[in-house]
Amino acid sequence: MVKYILKRIGIMILTLWVIITATFFLMNSKPGNPVRTGAKRLPEQVIVQLERKYGFDRPLVERYVKYMKTLLKGDMGDSIITPGENATDIIKDFFPASARVGLQAVSFGLLVGLILGIIAAFKRNTIADYLIMLLAIIGVSVPSFVIASLIQTGVTRAGLEQVIPTALWYDEYTPVGERFKYTILPTLALSFSSIATYARYMRASVLDVINQDYILTAKAKGLSQLGIAIKHILRNAILPIITILGPQIATIVTGTIVIERIFAIPGLGNSLINAINQNDYNIIMGLTIFFSALYIISLLVVDIAYSIIDPRIKLEGSK
Amino acid sequence: MAELSKDKFKIVGINKDEMDLIVRPNLTYWQDAWRRLKKNKVAMISLVALILLIFFVLFGPAISGKNYQEQNIKIANQSPSSNFWFGTDNLGRDMFSRLWVGGRVSLSIAVIATLLEVIVGCIYGGISGYFGGKVDNVMMRIVEILNSIPYLIVVILFSVILGSGMVSLLLALCVTAWTGMARMVRGQVLQLKESEYVMAARTLGASPLRIIFKHMIPNTIGVIIVYITFDIPSFIFAEAFLSFVGLGIQPPETSWGAMVSAGQGVMEFYPYQLWVPAIAISVTMLAFNLLGDGLRDALDPKMRQ
Amino acid sequence: MSKILEVKDLRVSFHTYAGEVQAVRGVSFDVEESETLAIVGESGCGKSITAKSIMRLLPEPPAEIKKDSKILFNGKNILDFNKKELRSYRGGDVSMIFQDPMTSLNPTMKIGKQIAEVLMIHRGLKKKEALEEAVRMLKLVNIPNAEERVNQYPFEFSGGMRQRVMIAIALACNPKLLIADEPTTALDVTIQAQIMELMAELQEKLGTAIILITHDLGVVAKVAHKIQVMYAGKVVERGTTDEIFYESKHPYTWALLNSVPTLDTEHKSRLYSIPGTPPDLLKPPVGCPFAARCQYAMPICKEAMPEETSLSQTHKANCWLLHPNAPKVEPPLKKGGVQND
Repeated sequence: MVKYILKRIGIMILTLWVIITATFFLMNSKPGNPVRTGAKRLPEQVIVQLERKYGFDRPLVERYVKYMKTLLKGDMGDSIITPGENATDIIKDFFPASARVGLQAVSFGLLVGLILGIIAAFKRNTIADYLIMLLAIIGVSVPSFVIASLIQTGVTRAGLEQVIPTALWYDEYTPVGERFKYTILPTLALSFSSIATYARYMRASVLDVINQDYILTAKAKGLSQLGIAIKHILRNAILPIITILGPQIATIVTGTIVIERIFAIPGLGNSLINAINQNDYNIIMGLTIFFSALYIISLLVVDIAYSIIDPRIKLEGSK
Repeated sequence: MAELSKDKFKIVGINKDEMDLIVRPNLTYWQDAWRRLKKNKVAMISLVALILLIFFVLFGPAISGKNYQEQNIKIANQSPSSNFWFGTDNLGRDMFSRLWVGGRVSLSIAVIATLLEVIVGCIYGGISGYFGGKVDNVMMRIVEILNSIPYLIVVILFSVILGSGMVSLLLALCVTAWTGMARMVRGQVLQLKESEYVMAARTLGASPLRIIFKHMIPNTIGVIIVYITFDIPSFIFAEAFLSFVGLGIQPPETSWGAMVSAGQGVMEFYPYQLWVPAIAISVTMLAFNLLGDGLRDALDPKMRQ
Repeated sequence: MSKILEVKDLRVSFHTYAGEVQAVRGVSFDVEESETLAIVGESGCGKSITAKSIMRLLPEPPAEIKKDSKILFNGKNILDFNKKELRSYRGGDVSMIFQDPMTSLNPTMKIGKQIAEVLMIHRGLKKKEALEEAVRMLKLVNIPNAEERVNQYPFEFSGGMRQRVMIAIALACNPKLLIADEPTTALDVTIQAQIMELMAELQEKLGTAIILITHDLGVVAKVAHKIQVMYAGKVVERGTTDEIFYESKHPYTWALLNSVPTLDTEHKSRLYSIPGTPPDLLKPPVGCPFAARCQYAMPICKEAMPEETSLSQTHKANCWLLHPNAPKVEPPLKKGGVQND
């Protein structure tokens, strides 16, 4: 078991390195450099100075090595556009907001999605099933920013912005107990598509399990419907769902980018959009690497969780 | 009981005609699939909706008679009226025509991107699955690494690097999108290599070409069609996402994504500018997804009745 | 000996997209204490559906057990049971094992727990006691290292062992009747013999009656006391094992007996198979269902169903050949199942 985890961590580190390297060389593959192309109106001397400052006058490989060294020290890159600003600082300042909404969305989405999927499966072909599946298909088809806008408009029309803020965030002076309400709408908007996806998959998974022979065996033993559902159906139905946890996390990670803009949340996604609009290459690079690392780590966690829950993997992995 | 005549007791033996009687009509795979799809009302409605959509995208601007580029500040930001069916935007342009012209861009991007990724994915997956062994291992490792970055992050990255323009956009969208198709095709090929009916066909002396064309491809096409139907809406979404972030289609060109992004900014004052393109995107994606669901159920050989 | 199960005029239909399929069309039989009844027939003849009806395991809809059917267990009609009575009945009075041991066990639950479940429900045992009893059951079905095995998962067992586990689960509460639906079809021939021997052994030890469903007459010879041959939803012949093997009177039974290859089957001779396929039960034939494929078919066979002829107290057959007007025929039973070319 431990071997398995170590192996997966090793692969993760390798993948991360490949991604960082690829990103670095990609971002530097364009002819010219960001300083020169971004600061056209400055006199040549100043440009050369800036180039030297940011190391653009050095050969590529040397810059790469330097980049890796600084990265390992925890420095994710200095901003080209805003002097003195560093990617690591941006992450420190803005990640907490994103993390909060993201984590809430992941857990809320999973919980509600699974429950809805189970209900839809057990009440197959009834109104409840049709309604849930209708909701699900909408959640999967309508883009998250549309849903976010819908929610915003709806709450504003209903006059509830005081209770549930639509485009505000808390600051360090807001009492901790008060902070939750600012996260309600963004979490809802962000998790919508996840809820929909989990509901659809869970419904299919439960229906699949229900048709298995061992459920017939359980029935032949005289177990009650509830007993069969809890002891035999659920655990086997949830297993395959874990495999879509990863992609769902990716959806949420990228979803926050848009949600933060709509709900005016001071998060990392917002920072990324700003960096893009300013063509701040270093920050863009630093943030995308951060997002990727985040994603890869969550994939690892999901993998390990899966191997713990599925007895077949646990034991076969250690043989 | 009446006496049964001795005639009725003469032995006549096996009735060759009725021996193997099959009462139910026999349908081919595709006939059966089409029949099942037709029964699915939701899928059929989606199909009709999509056809209507394509019609409007092609002929919409002609129908309204207005020029999508014509600016007139005096009539800017007007709500929908009988003159301008979907209102006007911030430069006084007709939203109705702009919607369909934007639709052309969004849909063609989605369709072309899908075609590209299907081709690359099929070839990559086919080779990987067919050769197996080390080749397969290496190829799949590459896919794993490519999948370690969230798709939209990759798209953002490449969009920043490659700059604006149709070609760059298509490249950015496709650079990792093909991995899903590759995985699927590889899975199918691997499965079919070992499947019993392929082995049966081989045992009966069928040539490899015949096996590929008569057995492997018909089975894979069904899944590919379903994938395509689901991939198109996700590309529409990706394009819209890019526009939202500030990349993607730049003016003077327009797309649904660009229109939504612009509309979102003035949502409080001119809501229709957001809702018109947003509904267009949503309805399109919804229709494709519902159709995809229906196709998947119709083409699933296990659900044959 | 008393009858524990009496099936009277069982009729079961399935409502499908194409219409009503009459899967079981009037089947009646009894099972007495500690005896083994084998129900034999081709795929689709209705034997499995009959078995599942006895346990009421068919999904109703689309299945429908017709109103006048009766299934009496110890005199009580189980078709009238409410949910609670059914739950007590299943696994406690009657239990069932299925064809494919690879998929009949919950893959993510330990074997011991799966056996303990039945004990906890029907006997009210606590978990610890139930697990101890589970170990005892594993030993009873000859699983080595029972104490270790009880904590393992199904994927750690082979096919034959899984079927033994199924038997352990089925017999844990000492039911009066065990229904075995093609228990050995998915297993190797050598394992088949082991499982059949185990079942015979357990019948002696525990006194369980067994209904054995199979399409293979060869499996049945040693174990069954009575045999019932089914075709297209009806019983065509029944009797004691000796009567069926040595004095059978129905052409379908002859065909079945002929298709069992034996050690005497000559090398390189053609295996006998019955030409044609069973009729579609969407529109069942009016007369004898076997008529289309029967060597001895007569015009009367197509027109009307033959009535039951009693050849002895225990031996009954439904065939027009047994009518006084019919010509006398010799059963074409050859040694070793070689087709009479």
